[in-house]
Amino acid sequence: MARYIGKRIIYMVITLALIATFTFFLMKILPGSPIASADKLSPEQRAVVEARYGLDDPLPVQYFNYMFGLVQGDLGISINQFKGADVTDVILSRMGPSAQIGFQGMLLGTVLGILLGMIAALRQNTWVDYSSTIVAIIGISIPSFVFASMLQYFLGLKLGWFPVALWKDGFMSSVLPSIALAMFPLATAARFIRTEMIEVLSSDYITLAKAKGASGSEIAFKHAFRNALIPLITVLGPMAVGILTGSLVVEQIFAIPGIGEQFVKSIMVSDFSIIMGTTIFFSVFLILVILIVDIMYGIIDPRIRLSGGKS
Amino acid sequence: MEKILQVKDLELSFNTFGGEVKAIRGVNFDLYKGETLAIVGESGSGKSVTTKSIMRLLPESSAEFKNGEILFGGRDLTKLSDKEMQKIRGKDISMIFQDPMTSLNPTMPIGRQITEPLLKHQKISKSEARKVAIDLLRLVGMPKPELRMKQYPHQFSGGQRQRIVIAISLACNPQVLIADEPTTALDVTIQAQILELMKDLQKKIDTSIIFITHDLGVVANVADRVAVMYGGKIVEIGTVDEIFYNPQHPYTWGLLSSMPSLDTEDAKLYAIPGTPPDLLDPPKGDAFALRSEYAMKIDMEMDPPFFKISDTHMAATWLLHPDAPQVEPPLSVIERMKKFPGSRYYEGSAN
Amino acid sequence: MTQNYDKLPQGSFDRIPRDTQQAERISKPSVSFWQDAWRRLRKNKGAIFSLILFGLIVLMALLGPIISPYSPNAQTITHANLPPKIPVIENLGIFDGVGTLGGKEVDLYEMKNVDQNYWFGTDGLGRDMFSRVWKGTQVSLFIAFAAAAIDMLIGVIYGGISGYFGGRVDDIMQRIVEILTGIPNLVVVILFIMIMDPGILAIIIALTITGWTGMSRVVRGQVLKYKTQEFVLAARTLGASDGRIIRKHLMPNVLAVIIINTMFTIPSAIFFEAFLSFIGLGLQAPDASLGTLINDGYKLIQYQPHILAIPAFVLSLIMIAFNLIGDGLRDALDPKMKD
Repeated sequence: MARYIGKRIIYMVITLALIATFTFFLMKILPGSPIASADKLSPEQRAVVEARYGLDDPLPVQYFNYMFGLVQGDLGISINQFKGADVTDVILSRMGPSAQIGFQGMLLGTVLGILLGMIAALRQNTWVDYSSTIVAIIGISIPSFVFASMLQYFLGLKLGWFPVALWKDGFMSSVLPSIALAMFPLATAARFIRTEMIEVLSSDYITLAKAKGASGSEIAFKHAFRNALIPLITVLGPMAVGILTGSLVVEQIFAIPGIGEQFVKSIMVSDFSIIMGTTIFFSVFLILVILIVDIMYGIIDPRIRLSGGKS
Repeated sequence: MEKILQVKDLELSFNTFGGEVKAIRGVNFDLYKGETLAIVGESGSGKSVTTKSIMRLLPESSAEFKNGEILFGGRDLTKLSDKEMQKIRGKDISMIFQDPMTSLNPTMPIGRQITEPLLKHQKISKSEARKVAIDLLRLVGMPKPELRMKQYPHQFSGGQRQRIVIAISLACNPQVLIADEPTTALDVTIQAQILELMKDLQKKIDTSIIFITHDLGVVANVADRVAVMYGGKIVEIGTVDEIFYNPQHPYTWGLLSSMPSLDTEDAKLYAIPGTPPDLLDPPKGDAFALRSEYAMKIDMEMDPPFFKISDTHMAATWLLHPDAPQVEPPLSVIERMKKFPGSRYYEGSAN
Repeated sequence: MTQNYDKLPQGSFDRIPRDTQQAERISKPSVSFWQDAWRRLRKNKGAIFSLILFGLIVLMALLGPIISPYSPNAQTITHANLPPKIPVIENLGIFDGVGTLGGKEVDLYEMKNVDQNYWFGTDGLGRDMFSRVWKGTQVSLFIAFAAAAIDMLIGVIYGGISGYFGGRVDDIMQRIVEILTGIPNLVVVILFIMIMDPGILAIIIALTITGWTGMSRVVRGQVLKYKTQEFVLAARTLGASDGRIIRKHLMPNVLAVIIINTMFTIPSAIFFEAFLSFIGLGLQAPDASLGTLINDGYKLIQYQPHILAIPAFVLSLIMIAFNLIGDGLRDALDPKMKD
């Protein structure tokens, strides 16, 4: 297990270094200067500004400085939007709202999804099953921005149950974005749990449990549920990716001052250092999630836990 | 002898997309107290379905009782509610399955899996159940049972897992134990150990066993009586000696001829030609007739009834009808019959 | 034994010869793998309905811009922001050209003196939404199909080579894939879009740059699984060449997973295209895809919801149809597939 984790961490570092390098050179070859008002400055003024941000150093020096800073958690300095603020600070200051709606969406989605999938599997081929399948298909199919705008239009604008946008009313402001983000994990979990449950329910050990005289609910909860739930961990990674992708548009739609909204805004105004920083931040986040998920799987499943890693 | 379980005219079908599969087509047998009844037959002959229907373990959405009854303790099991059935399963009738590798819940310590039926059916505390479980593990020959209670199934070998499954099935001292090919998935040496264990335990606990297998060697080893199934019906039933040394049904002849044995001089094994009948559309008359070299015209028209050979021995074949012509069984079968007092080939001088 | 078996007709006990042909008879008609799969797929109502629905959408995407009397990019400022109006259906109280203006419901067509009918209404520049939506569908579908085809091509070749040759080749190729899949798709797509000139080609390249890894993994897994199976070993023993083994023995078995995987790549490509357009990285005006139409519509959600609703509805329909077809195919081709 330790060897497995070690190997995974090495891969993670390589991947991150690649992403950082790639992002760095990409930003350098992009047309346009990182200094937004470059055209208005005289050559002397421009040189002063460039020197301040280290933009006059040779490229390898810039690259080395950047990578060195990265290791220390320094993502560089925002030149355009925040006039010299640390990118790390900018991202951290916007983490709260993103984390809140992301966490709420994930929690709501998985819990409802598991319930829905369980009920569907236990009532296979009944109307409960069919309607849960329809909900799951819709949840997987309808893009988060369509769903988010529908929520905003109907529950926000027309019915006025929740704030239409902005981050002013505390929890109430987070409800609609969280629901919008919850759709994807909900649908994924519901489909996954249903398939797993049906497979588990037809396994030999469930027949043996029946042969022991266990009742329907004992079979469902004591025997089947745990075995169906454990593999759900494997789709937590894709779910996190879905939440992150969704957050870019959902934060945009509901005007939430989060990382995603900032990222999209930076793309519009070509704030390279913020784009780079956020890209690396997202990558670290997703890669970490997948690593944690894999380790968690090893810890929770006794078959893997004791035989020491499956690959 | 006391009859523990009676299966009468049992008919059961599966409703599939392709149509109605008549998996059991009129099965009759009695199970006596303390005996081991072996049910043998090819795959698809209905032997597993018969026992699963006794336990009512078949999917209720597709399996349907068409006729007949299963009498146990004065009640017809086909008519019981799910709740009543749950009280019988694991307590009065329990079951061992074919594949020990998949029969145990992979994420539950085996101790909990053994105590589950105890806590369910008997009014005992958790610590008492634990003690009983440890005793059971010791009984099935598991070393250091206290330590192993907390372990998970994947930490045991196949043979050990089957011992655990047996321990689970015996937890409540059942009156009937159904063993569905319990040794098929095991190595030969382990097979022998498990069979010894089962015989041993049967004496200790005095339970009746229905033993399903397609391995006649195993049958000779464990059974008191044998029922031969073919195409969803029992075609011959009798004591183990009667079936092995005085078989009457051509299908039993075929089975016995295809069994390798040390004293068969001819090295070539016999194979029954053809395939078992498609129970989606069972043939008219004797289902085996198409594959039998002894087939007669009537086999194609009418189901043969059971003809009595002795008080304990019956076979469903028209060959036993008084008007039927005398036929010669295969040589290897004649060799067997020579050893059986009462058969027409008996040579008293053999011993 | 209620029946009387003593009196049986004459000749009942005549021996008859064994007919082994008859005994070997298989009562079910034999069907090929694909016939069987088609039979199973046909039973899946959702999948069949989706196939038909998708066929209709493709038809409309091709014909829609032609049927409509207006070009997708023609601007008629005086006809701006008209709600949908369809003859006949308008009598039902929907699609009747009535919209809100200053809080009051009025027939905007009457107000603006418009004689024509715009079936899906018009946008802020007076462009016909009907032809724009179908033109956009065309573009979205094209991007998705092209991306899926490229993914399939690269993925199958890469995965096939990696799985078939195994050993060191496989080791190296898999390390590369492992690192590539470690990079979040979203990040790669966004970065690539930024360095390229925006347009259809840029989106296709961005989507396929790491998109093929999924397909390559699936194909490799299947090839690994089948290449050690007895029928392949038997063919090899009989002297079949690598090419023949790949074509005759591996391909037919791997084909099922390729089809299934492609069926799920297409909706995900459609989604990504729309997603990129929505955050402003997609096609540039006047080109339109469903994503850009939704983005435009979103800006007017409060006043002209139809500009958002119609493309969003079409996009959702396509996504649902594809997911249902994909599910149906998966169940039909391999009920037990879990990789």
